[in-house]
Amino acid sequence: MAANNSTRKTIIVALSLCVVCSVVVSTAAVALRPIQQQNQELDRKTNILQVANLLQPGQSIAQQFSEITPRVVNLETGEYADNVNPDTYNQLAAAQDPAQSRTLSGADPAGLGRLENYATVYLVGDPENPDEIILPVRGQGLWSLMLGYLALEGDGNTVVGLSYYSQGETPGLGGEVDNPRWKAQWPGKEIYPPGSMDPAIRLVKGGVSSSTPDAEYKVDALSGATLTSNGVTNMLQFWMGERGFANYLARFRDTSQGA
Amino acid sequence: MAKTDTAGRLLTTPIFKNNPIALQILGICSALAVTNSMQTSLVMGLAVIVVTAFSNMFVSLIRHHIPSSIRIIVQMTIIASLVIVVDQVLRAFAYGLSQQLSVFVGLIITNCIVMGRAEAYAMQNGPAMSFLDGIGNGLGYAFILLAVGFFRELLGSGSVFGFTVLPTVNDGGWYVPNGLMLLPPSAFFVIGLLIWAIRSFNPEQVEKNEFNITTNTKTTTEAA
Repeated sequence: MAANNSTRKTIIVALSLCVVCSVVVSTAAVALRPIQQQNQELDRKTNILQVANLLQPGQSIAQQFSEITPRVVNLETGEYADNVNPDTYNQLAAAQDPAQSRTLSGADPAGLGRLENYATVYLVGDPENPDEIILPVRGQGLWSLMLGYLALEGDGNTVVGLSYYSQGETPGLGGEVDNPRWKAQWPGKEIYPPGSMDPAIRLVKGGVSSSTPDAEYKVDALSGATLTSNGVTNMLQFWMGERGFANYLARFRDTSQGA
Repeated sequence: MAKTDTAGRLLTTPIFKNNPIALQILGICSALAVTNSMQTSLVMGLAVIVVTAFSNMFVSLIRHHIPSSIRIIVQMTIIASLVIVVDQVLRAFAYGLSQQLSVFVGLIITNCIVMGRAEAYAMQNGPAMSFLDGIGNGLGYAFILLAVGFFRELLGSGSVFGFTVLPTVNDGGWYVPNGLMLLPPSAFFVIGLLIWAIRSFNPEQVEKNEFNITTNTKTTTEAA
């Protein structure tokens, strides 16, 4: 056993162990990466289909997703940015890249810190006159950054659904943003009051019934989760506001009012 | 014959008689984190079984060549590599679950059970026996995880393995779920109660008091 403790043997064992282990680990990582990326892609598409109420169980995700056109939007001007490829553009990575994002000066209700210049939107049906517009939203909740999608009807105002694909809020309280019963309140709500691009949608305490004034802009907050509810409100106020998608959505509102 | 007997005992003693969580009080942190549903408990249990079994086997295979001065770091490297492989496999083939388990699969590296078995058993025994010992201890861990997960999911979400047993008020039923059960501290209570139950059945597991509390010598009149 004493031979084991010689410096020579120690170094040989340590080196060979490192080589063997690193080969095993890198083989696993490289061999499984395509499947993992496919999973992530599938997960993202499933989330988008879900929020748009288009998910049909039993049908292939890729086939269902073929009705959806991703486009990249310049958040500042609200125009489509045709120089950015929507299939490869990674919005969350761009938000961390100083070349593709800016620091949010002034009020930062959603707690983002940095805002990217471009965002990927998903259009259901005819891209020129979409049935639904799916927008990525994110913002700080109580514990975590909540990432989700908001689906609007073709008028750029009426909500189809809001759903989060990643959040770390308190299970049973703030985590109820994933509860289908809570999410069922969203369809039919409206973001903007008539003639304005100032978002009015918010979460309110005490429940919302049809007799509540301005009920179309109000959603019942999550009980026991004031800070998560505030996070949801702030997130929508930010992303629907002029630094978010307001400039982009204005085009849908104009055409629908003109028609 | 004697060998199969030992093999059987290697697999079963860690479940009740020498449970890594209930008797050795190891691996508590991950038991708190992943037990709010049975599905995550099951996957976490399986992942730990795989890692413990294979790390034991590999450590045992090279045990005659490990210099004692760096043996801990050698065990650690083997365990860490295995955990990364398990994590990658989960991400490839059970994406949804790996999202739920998030960092806790990676934290199997710090699970004292894996390291403890490598150091205590695999360094002295052959690869086959070490492999079985790893499976046994992993099973013991998984058993407690599933038991804790059962109570937490049943009382916290009213379901077992995602199937509704007690329809909750939020879904239009009658059961008001206990929110505490979904938070990590509740696992402490459940594990404590399980340890109590196991020790009531196996009184030999009860440890002797380390200190005897002396009787109170102050009289009541003095206090008054």
